[in-house]
Amino acid sequence: MAASALVGASGFGNWSRLAAQQALTQDQLLQFDTFGNVSLIHVTDIHAQLKPIYFREPSVNIGVGDNRGAVPHVTGADFRKLYGIDDGSPSHYALSSGDFSSLAQAYGRVGGLDRVATVVNAIRADRPDALLLDGGDTWHGSYTCYHTEGQDMVNAMNGLKPDAMTFHWEFTLGSDRVAEIVEGLPFAALGQNIFDAEWDEPAELFPPYQFFERGGVKIAVIGQAFPYMPIANPRWMFPEYSFGIRDENMQAMVDEVRAQGAECVVCLSHNGFDVDKKMASVVTGIDVILSGHTHDALPEPVLVGETIIVASGSNGKFVSRVDLDIQNGRMMGFRHKLIPIFSDVITPDAEMTALIDEQRAPFKADLEEVIGQTESLLYRRGNFNGSWDDLICDALLSEREADIALSPGVRWGPSLIPGQDITREDIWNVTSMTYGEAYRTEMTGEFLKVVLEDVADNIFNPDPYYQQGGDMVRVGGLGYRIDVTKPQGERISEMTLLRNGEAIDPSKNYVVAGWASVNEGTEGPQIWDVVEAHIKKLGTVTVNDNNSVTVVGA
Amino acid sequence: MEFTRRETLALGGAAALTFLLPFRANAAVEDLVNEFTGGADLADAGVELTAPEIAENGNTVPIEVSAPGASAIMVLAAGNPTPPVATFNFGPLAASQAASTRIRLAGTQDVIAIAKLADGSFARSAKTVKVTIGGCGG
Repeated sequence: MAASALVGASGFGNWSRLAAQQALTQDQLLQFDTFGNVSLIHVTDIHAQLKPIYFREPSVNIGVGDNRGAVPHVTGADFRKLYGIDDGSPSHYALSSGDFSSLAQAYGRVGGLDRVATVVNAIRADRPDALLLDGGDTWHGSYTCYHTEGQDMVNAMNGLKPDAMTFHWEFTLGSDRVAEIVEGLPFAALGQNIFDAEWDEPAELFPPYQFFERGGVKIAVIGQAFPYMPIANPRWMFPEYSFGIRDENMQAMVDEVRAQGAECVVCLSHNGFDVDKKMASVVTGIDVILSGHTHDALPEPVLVGETIIVASGSNGKFVSRVDLDIQNGRMMGFRHKLIPIFSDVITPDAEMTALIDEQRAPFKADLEEVIGQTESLLYRRGNFNGSWDDLICDALLSEREADIALSPGVRWGPSLIPGQDITREDIWNVTSMTYGEAYRTEMTGEFLKVVLEDVADNIFNPDPYYQQGGDMVRVGGLGYRIDVTKPQGERISEMTLLRNGEAIDPSKNYVVAGWASVNEGTEGPQIWDVVEAHIKKLGTVTVNDNNSVTVVGA
Repeated sequence: MEFTRRETLALGGAAALTFLLPFRANAAVEDLVNEFTGGADLADAGVELTAPEIAENGNTVPIEVSAPGASAIMVLAAGNPTPPVATFNFGPLAASQAASTRIRLAGTQDVIAIAKLADGSFARSAKTVKVTIGGCGG
């Protein structure tokens, strides 16, 4: 690994900043010929990342059914070819996988809410009444967010002054805490699909839509929260609420706002990209869907019928600006830019920097404590195992003395590049959640197959409405073959216990360690403590290539 | 720690019910439909069935049926041990021909609604409802 030697020698300071600044300027990143009469600013899936980070985009993102080979299921060199992006360019680094560790040295970290603030302020300087819309997954994903129960993110986002927001992981703070925050929010908390579970009626706390008058245009923003919260996350944490896609209610809401004179209808969605595409083909009358959940970053909107779908990435790495020309209740045209937040190029907004520092100050020593170092690139994004997941699974296998480890296929969690220290904050960035207990239990081989088949169908069901977003459950100590084109029950084969190379016996019991159970009352140490103990013992982390999953039909 | 089988079924990100395949509408379901329709043809339009794509809780799945002008709507859960769920009859004074209820589904399966329309013809609508726990949202 030649790259790591180079990094080890040069460090990350001014050298990378210089390189990024030679290639790019803030003016270039912000350049935009203001268009039409309405501007939308979209941020989504920040996952509590207040500070600049590294974030590697996926190299494996398989589309099935009608979405086979369609964006966002195009990665790496194919993605660059599709959009005419030069190898080694800033866009290569920001938008696609490949050569990540060396490009990270050249272009530096991305994101940081103080840089996002600079971009938002610049857009507002162009168009003072631009709408800022937050697609959710904001109050989850870091050490400080966990310890303040989301308050750090609420305080920081309030500094950005959004106009509306929708939700997903926020609900894992528990419904009482969510209600406490939402009641005090100075902006709209929207979700046409957030229902009262008992009465199956729209939940009072979350209105379906909000009207805004901007640039002389009457705009309705309709919220769409993550449809499968009680299935993908622990239902017992928010038993009062029911979700679902509810596209028939979405159509009713679009018709209702149009009848009330909406000239422009924007859907602020946490459906995930393929679900949004299908919804746009079913529901008529939506001009723009601002799409979140699946963490895709696309340099151009995708057009479905007369609806444009905008995907703005994750972890604070991107801001989308969408200018619209609305005339007589019709969208006549749009101009769009996905702005990558190169943290060494965009000057941080001083006020926001101070606000962020204030949130982090009480936890500074704990955050910065160095637990170990990594010689390998640690990342998560991808349909199967990422190197962070491999490290977490190794930690579970060794610390919990298990045959097999299971780790959830979430898409959040920044990357670390070779040569970097691993701090406590870095570990929390990939593990923090309110149900992080690492369980240890026994499962039969048969049940393990059921588990893999079930999760695979949540990703590879050809109908997007039956997909939950997220990726395949990560496995340690276990190899398997998956044919993504098969129906549920027939996708997984050749399950092998890696320790001895033997086939998994359906009737035999295996000791399984995992975390993020949706089950109430799960017991075990917190996953971040398990991972920290493991890294401390290793000192320096090296993660080898993982070839234990064979994918067919991609 | 100890897990009961029921708890193990709900392990997050790695959990599932024991039903792997959608239950197929069996002969009993066909007989029930024939009994209701007298073997008449079934139109695709005329009855609407609203149900979630994935059930949040298989023990209580909210569904809604609606068929303007209908005199009766039969609801079947094709994969349940006992498929008949309900038959809603609407008298001439009914303000609307719609009903909603909650049903229990034994696993991933089709829910079927058959309506007897005002002109005496029949319409059918079906939707696959997945019963699962698992997956870990991004």
